[in-house]
Amino acid sequence: MCDTCGCSPEGGAVLRKPGEEGYHVHIGDEAGHHHHHDHGHGHDHGHSHGNARKVEVELDVLQKNNLLAERNRGWFQAKRVLALNFLSSPGSGKTTILEKTVPLLSGEWPVAVVEGDQQTTNDADRIHALGVPVIQVNTGTGCHLDAQMVQRAVRELDLQERSLLCIENVGNLVCPAMFDLGEAARVVVISVTEGEDKPLKYPTMFHHADLVLLNKTDLLPYLDFDVEKCREYAMQVNHHLEWIEVSAKTGEGMDLWKAWLTSRLERI
Amino acid sequence: MHEMSIAMSIVESVAERARQEGCERVTGIEIVVGRLSGVQVESLRFCFDAATRGTPVEGAELSIEDREPSGACDACGAEFPVAGFHACCPVCGLFRVRIVSGEELAVKTITIE
Repeated sequence: MCDTCGCSPEGGAVLRKPGEEGYHVHIGDEAGHHHHHDHGHGHDHGHSHGNARKVEVELDVLQKNNLLAERNRGWFQAKRVLALNFLSSPGSGKTTILEKTVPLLSGEWPVAVVEGDQQTTNDADRIHALGVPVIQVNTGTGCHLDAQMVQRAVRELDLQERSLLCIENVGNLVCPAMFDLGEAARVVVISVTEGEDKPLKYPTMFHHADLVLLNKTDLLPYLDFDVEKCREYAMQVNHHLEWIEVSAKTGEGMDLWKAWLTSRLERI
Repeated sequence: MHEMSIAMSIVESVAERARQEGCERVTGIEIVVGRLSGVQVESLRFCFDAATRGTPVEGAELSIEDREPSGACDACGAEFPVAGFHACCPVCGLFRVRIVSGEELAVKTITIE
């Protein structure tokens, strides 16, 4: 049940805005809200099975999401917005990276953020404190963002032309891999406090990524994390991957990250 | 547990297709699930029953065709079966493999009445 209005969104996603207590929108309120109750069509399910027929359909199971994602992508391109999908396990430092990215680009490129989490506006509050437009998607029981959630969320952001849109996905290295949001690139964040075999354990995520940001490199002296091995595993799963090592905390490597972003922003 | 979203999207698209065909009930669905599609077949079966409840697809028989993945080497061009995304070319020994098949996730046929 929604803790704001008491309605039951059936596990659906909710948008929230930092600093606006009463604001919440159930995604799917306007369209595509599917109730799986008895439809009461009054149709006769007819118990004669004589007229059954098999039809070849060749339907892509993810078609609905993929079509919506392509709509998002076209809209981002027309508006010259660079949309990035940030993916990682919980606690790798995605939000801290975004907090440090905003000032890196300030004065040069406008930034807006979509935050995805099952609950709370904690991450959106952190971004809001930097004074950039942000919207929180609470997925409820959902384990990933999908194209419809992003479509609905960006409507609230009033995106500027020639800007960066960071979409921070739900912390999860499995489910979000399957759902195209319409992003221009997927950025996977791993931190050195995780195992270096993450790319082998979650190959689908790394296979579909464009860039890996290895974060928390300031902790390397205290850990046995083998950077070269991690990079090698990631490249074995996806030989087109780009790789940047950063410490969002100390700022080490953030110039390389900025250069990567700027070169992409200049091309949109 | 993204299989629930997958199951719901199968039910939705199949029910819509049945309506287009002028039918109100779906009694069978054949789907292809590649081993690299990211979908766990057991979880999908588990979610399917819940996702169909109260829909025109309720009670439909779900048959799942498993598809083994194959890859091609971007370095030497060889083609071969692979076990996953972490694949080494058996000919030249390089990890520069492109996935050719095994990522399928599609409904092949539906039986309607």
